[in-house]
Amino acid sequence: MTPEPEAVDMLPRERPTMNAAAWIGVVVVGFWILIALVGSSLAPFEEGKLVTTFGYGPAGKITLLGSDYIGRDVFSRLLIGARLTLALALITTVFAFVVGLVLGFAAALSSGWLDTVLSRGIDALLAFPSIILALVAITALGSSIPVLVAVVGLIEATRVFRLARALAVDLSVTEFVEVARARGEGTWWIMRAEILPNTLFPLATEFGMRFTFTILLLSALSFLGLGVQPPLADWGAMVRENISGLLRGSMAPLAPAAAISSLTIGVNLIVDSFVRDYGAKADL
Amino acid sequence: MHAIVESASPSKAGQTSLPKVASLLIRRLSLGIVTLWITSVLVFVGTEVLPGDVVELVLGQGATPESVAAIRKSMSLDRPAHTRYFNWLVGALQGDFGRSLAGDVAGTAESGREVAGLIGERLGNSLRLAGMTAAIAVPLSLLIGLLSAMFPGGILDRFVSIAALCAISVPEFFIGSLLVMLFSVMLGWLPAIAYLSDSQTLWETLRAIILPVLTLTFAVLAHMARMTRASLLSVLRSSYIETAVLKGATRWRVVFRHALINAIGPIANVVALNLAYLVGGVVIVESVFAYPGMAKLMVDSVSSRDIPVVQACALIFCAIYVGLNLVADMVAILANPRLRNPK
Repeated sequence: MTPEPEAVDMLPRERPTMNAAAWIGVVVVGFWILIALVGSSLAPFEEGKLVTTFGYGPAGKITLLGSDYIGRDVFSRLLIGARLTLALALITTVFAFVVGLVLGFAAALSSGWLDTVLSRGIDALLAFPSIILALVAITALGSSIPVLVAVVGLIEATRVFRLARALAVDLSVTEFVEVARARGEGTWWIMRAEILPNTLFPLATEFGMRFTFTILLLSALSFLGLGVQPPLADWGAMVRENISGLLRGSMAPLAPAAAISSLTIGVNLIVDSFVRDYGAKADL
Repeated sequence: MHAIVESASPSKAGQTSLPKVASLLIRRLSLGIVTLWITSVLVFVGTEVLPGDVVELVLGQGATPESVAAIRKSMSLDRPAHTRYFNWLVGALQGDFGRSLAGDVAGTAESGREVAGLIGERLGNSLRLAGMTAAIAVPLSLLIGLLSAMFPGGILDRFVSIAALCAISVPEFFIGSLLVMLFSVMLGWLPAIAYLSDSQTLWETLRAIILPVLTLTFAVLAHMARMTRASLLSVLRSSYIETAVLKGATRWRVVFRHALINAIGPIANVVALNLAYLVGGVVIVESVFAYPGMAKLMVDSVSSRDIPVVQACALIFCAIYVGLNLVADMVAILANPRLRNPK
C-alpha cells in the first residue's frame, strides 16, 4: 500500500493478451467445424431413427446423451445438426458482410444524398431490437431457410454498415484515396483496392462478433419455433423440441444449448484477443 | 477540471446555460419522436404491405370467398394502404390497436378480442419482470463495475471480464434451462413454469418470477458491469485525474470525489442501453418459463400470424427501446458539464 505503485495503478494498465484463452477458442471452434464437416458420418444413428420406444430415454450405454422427445438419439442429432447450424450462420454472416460493406463503403465515399438516405434508413432499422425486427419480418414472410438468411443477414448488415461506413469515412479523406480519385478511379475500384485492404483487421474482428450474434439470433428464432422448421433441426430447434424434457432431468434440451454456448464462447475468445490488440471493442 | 469548474460556480453556470441545454434536449426529443414514427411506418409496411394478401395468409387454404370478404372489410383492407396506416396510427396513439384475428376463422369478424385488452394484462407482467431484473441488476452491476475499475487487473476484474464474455456468448435459453435443471429439477425449490394468477399470494408470485428474473439478471449483469468499468476507466485516463493522483489523493478519493461525477453521464447511458437490451432478452426468457408476458404473446401471435397483435407488440417494444435510448442520451447531455457550461 505504498503511494507510488498505487498511483501508477490508477492509470489503466494494459493486460497481456490471453493467448491461452484464444487457443482454447481455436480448439473449440476447430472441433465444431470438423464435426460440421464429418459429423454425419460419425453419428452412431441416423437423424430420424427411433432408438428408444419412449421419449427422453436416459443417457447410457447405447445413447450417449439419451434420447429426445420421440426417442431419437440426441448425440447423433447433435453431430448432424452441427452442419446446418454452422453453415446457416456462416452463409448469413457472409451475406450480412457483403451487403453491409458495399453499402457502408459506398455511403462513405459518395457522401452525398446516397449517404444521407442509407444512414437514415439504417438508423431507423437500428431503432428496433433485432429480435423484434426479425419477428415482424417473419410474420410477414413466413419462416423458411432463405427468409431466415435474408432477414437475419439484413439485420446484422445494419451493424456492419455502421462500422464499415465509420472506417471508410476516415480513409476517404486520406491522400492515397484522393490520389486514386484524381487518377480517375471509380468508386467500386477504390472500395476494393484502397478501402478494403486497409480495414481488414477491424473487419475480421467484427466478422467474428457478427458470427456469434448471428448464431444467437438464428438459434433464438429456432428456439421460439420461428426459425428452422421440422423435419430439419439446428441446435436451437433441438432445444425447443426437447424443452419439456428439462423437468424429467433429460440432457436432450441442455446438450444442444451447451453446444451453441461452447461455439459462441470459442469464437468470442478468439475475437477477444484480437480486440485487445486492436484496443477498441465494438458495441452490441 | 470540470469538477472544479462545477463546484466553483454551480448556480451561476446553471442559469446562464439553460437555453443551450434545453435546445439540445428538445432536439434529441424530437429526433426520438421522428424515430418512433419511422418505426411505426416500418412495422406497418412490414406486416401489411409486404406479404401480398394478408387475409389468405390468415385464413390459409380453407378460405371461402365470403370469409375473405368479411375479414377484408373488418380489417378495412378494401381501403388504400396510407389510409389504413393513418387510421391504425391514430388508433394506436389513443390506445386502440384494433381487434385480434384469433377466433376470426369462421368469418365472424367481430369475434376477435380487443388487442389493447389482450396486451394490457400481459404488458404489466413483462414490466414487472423487467423491473425486478433492473432492481437487482443495476445496483449490483454498478458496484461491481466500480470496484473492477478501481482495481483493474484484480481478481474481481478478471472474473467479471470472463463472466461478461460468457454472458454475451451464451443464449438466454441455456442459462434459463440450467437454472431450471438446478433449482426445479435437482433441488426442487422453485417452479419451472412461471404461472401467475390473481389469486396468488405475494410469496407465490415471487417464487414464480424468481427464475426468469435470475436468468435475465445473468444475461445483463456482467456486461453492464463491464461497460460501467469502461466508462469509469475512460474518465480515469484524463489528465485531471493524473493530477489528482500525483498530488497524493487516495484511490477512493480520486474515484468518488473527482472521477465519478464525470462518469455519471456515460454510466447512466450504460444502464439505459442495458435495460433496452432486456427488451430482447425478455422475448426468450418468457418463452423458456411460459411466462404470461407481452413477449410471449407476440411470439405466439407471430406463429398464428395474428397481425394486429404483432403490430401492437412490436410498436410497444420499439417505443420502450427507443424511449430508453432517448433517456440515455438525454442523461448524457444533462450530465456533461461542457454542454451545461458552454463558453
